[in-house]
Amino acid sequence: MSKAWLDLWVGLFVVAGIGALLFMALKVGNMSSVRMADSYQVSAHFDNIGGLKVRAPVKSAGVVVGRVTGISFDDQTYEAEVLLSLDKRYAFPKDTSASILTSGLLGEQYIGLEAGGDSVKLANGDRVRLTQSAVVLENLIGQFLFSKAQEGAPNETAQ
Amino acid sequence: MIAPLRLVARLGRRTLQAVARIGLATRFFFATLLHSGTAFRRFGLIIREIYSAGVLSLIIILVSGLFVGMVLGLQGFETLQTYGSESALGVLVALSLVRELGPVVAALLFASRAGSAITAEIGLMKATEQLAAMEMMAVDPVARVVAPRFWAGVLSMPLLAALFSAMGIFGGYLVGVVLIGVDEGSFWSQMQAQVDFEEDILNGVIKSVVFGVAITAIALFEGYDAPPTAEGVSRATTRTVVTSSLVILALDFVLTAFMFRGVS
Repeated sequence: MSKAWLDLWVGLFVVAGIGALLFMALKVGNMSSVRMADSYQVSAHFDNIGGLKVRAPVKSAGVVVGRVTGISFDDQTYEAEVLLSLDKRYAFPKDTSASILTSGLLGEQYIGLEAGGDSVKLANGDRVRLTQSAVVLENLIGQFLFSKAQEGAPNETAQ
Repeated sequence: MIAPLRLVARLGRRTLQAVARIGLATRFFFATLLHSGTAFRRFGLIIREIYSAGVLSLIIILVSGLFVGMVLGLQGFETLQTYGSESALGVLVALSLVRELGPVVAALLFASRAGSAITAEIGLMKATEQLAAMEMMAVDPVARVVAPRFWAGVLSMPLLAALFSAMGIFGGYLVGVVLIGVDEGSFWSQMQAQVDFEEDILNGVIKSVVFGVAITAIALFEGYDAPPTAEGVSRATTRTVVTSSLVILALDFVLTAFMFRGVS
């Protein structure tokens, strides 16, 4: 095989390999979509974050507007502190509320932002005051049982 | 000597031999690295070896990638359907290929397709005294024969693994979307939401580079160390495939434990 053909084949091979890598980076991975160049950080305190994980999406009206960048425990208030990185393109009022929601019945958990009516916008380093914790199934069942027991109690005394 | 004592002695001798062989292999590996300078100055040598190790492995890699992806699509759909989450098929296919199957299966194929060829070639060169002839002509066989093959393998392996993964995802797309009819939009969008560039794709590339180093180093050493007989070369070729397959799987476990430990 001549040297020119050899070079051509190897060149084709290398181009195809790099093409495959690019395909994976752009089409399969999230290089193109969620790489936010400009973002600002806000924090939020929750009583219970349930199964929320770092890199979970932050959505408002169903649109991804940011990501969870850090989760830590605050031993002064005994609450979970969640750091959110929001896209700079979107500004939210200061009295925006954050709640931990689940996509689908068994899907991943994400943070939903509900915009408030304040004219002052959230800035870098601000804290979201209004938060709603994740729904923990065990607590829900406990509440249900408790309310059922209360319902049943007067009936028994009436008999 | 008493029979049990002889057994113990043999065990000890075998162990010592094995450890000494590992030492020799390590020395050989560092000698290859040291002599790589010449190989890079004469890049034509590496190109020739990339052709025989990489380009000639393309067909087996592409075809098996396609079929592995198609099987993943079929099996994944069957299982996910039970939970009503067929739309996660793209995530399943992409993550399993990019993280594990792409690097590992491509490496196993590369070991049996290219690794065995390298061992047989160098073993025969040694058996026909071509390596000794080179030394007589003051050409260092490690620099002229071993180092170009090493770097060609290390450069080819990540490209082959990437092609395998890309082909597999295409196969999963063919079966999942075109044949079965999973929604195309959710197939790609869920995949993009779940697959991370650094966490998944880059780690897959790192894995394949490590496998490339392991396979070519083992293949070269087995060839260089083969007894210069027909039987010796054939045994060395077998040993290359067996050893590198085991090393790939063991390394894969170690690398996975390192890389995905932080991902909860």
